Amino acid sequence: MNKKYIKEGAIAALPVILGYLPVAIAFGLLSKNQGVSFKETGLFSSLVYAGASQFMALDLVKAGVSAGSIILATFLLNLRHVVMSASLSVKLNEVKKTFLPIIAYGITDETFSVLSFKNEKLTMPFVLTFNILASLTWVVGTLIGYLMGEIIPSSLQASLSISLYAMFAALLFPQFKIEKRTMYLSILTAIIYITIYSTKLFTSGWDIILGIIISSALGVALLNKNEEVSEN
Amino acid sequence: MKSYLPLIIGMGLVTYIPRVLPLLFLTNKELSPKLKQFLQFIPYTSLSILIVRGILNATPDMLFPTLIGIGVAGIFAYFKSSLVLSVLAAIFSSYIAMNIF
Repeated sequence: MNKKYIKEGAIAALPVILGYLPVAIAFGLLSKNQGVSFKETGLFSSLVYAGASQFMALDLVKAGVSAGSIILATFLLNLRHVVMSASLSVKLNEVKKTFLPIIAYGITDETFSVLSFKNEKLTMPFVLTFNILASLTWVVGTLIGYLMGEIIPSSLQASLSISLYAMFAALLFPQFKIEKRTMYLSILTAIIYITIYSTKLFTSGWDIILGIIISSALGVALLNKNEEVSEN
Repeated sequence: MKSYLPLIIGMGLVTYIPRVLPLLFLTNKELSPKLKQFLQFIPYTSLSILIVRGILNATPDMLFPTLIGIGVAGIFAYFKSSLVLSVLAAIFSSYIAMNIF
């Protein structure tokens, strides 16, 4: 039975691998160009494992911002994983508690999205296989980029970097067919986020967290049906 | 050469803590239906935000290819195409969009 879940986990990881590889390569290349050592670049991707904040950190280091401020900015940017991780906890009842810290390490926007829209309950071998392949791609891709990122033409890199957004759209849109109210929820969310974004009152990080909380809460207030919500 | 190790460790900690605490405290807990619904809406709202954010933050020359990529992926996936195929179609069409316009 385990074999089946491992295979499913590997298949589910494919789109994430496809999305991570070019972004990881770009990070490795940028990191090298900024004079970060090979070892530290590898540690960046394995210990932090958060794409957007790693790029941001390189940018801020270049601008001469202190380590403390960069860490604080990273914290704010990644605080959204609190709500994602909380949301995922509802689906992880079958997983042994001792494995939760390992699974937690692998929660990113991308892995969270794929895991959330999986219809069945999440099993340990499935999640572990899926998470390991995703994080391995991130680390290996970073190192490949460090060693030989120059050989990839920049126009191809740019179009490959769209793949993460493509994956988000490919996960979200089919849900509209399954449950119509999720479409209304997405439209509502887009309007709310664009409003928050254009006020420019919130730094990157807070705008995402606020957007998620406000629109999910409004969703509960406006779109909650009285019937029992379907399991998982 | 300056060491990035303290920065990396600090960033690693502040990234890991928000990922692990909710899993440890909420898994297998009885939650009120409203809270559960709230948590179940989060995948939809966060994905919507990540997509809109990608469009809002795109540089002017990448805006059109990004819109094409997102649109193609969404349409392919909507009509029952696999996730991988949808993403590949999106990469292909945004590459074309980038090199034609």
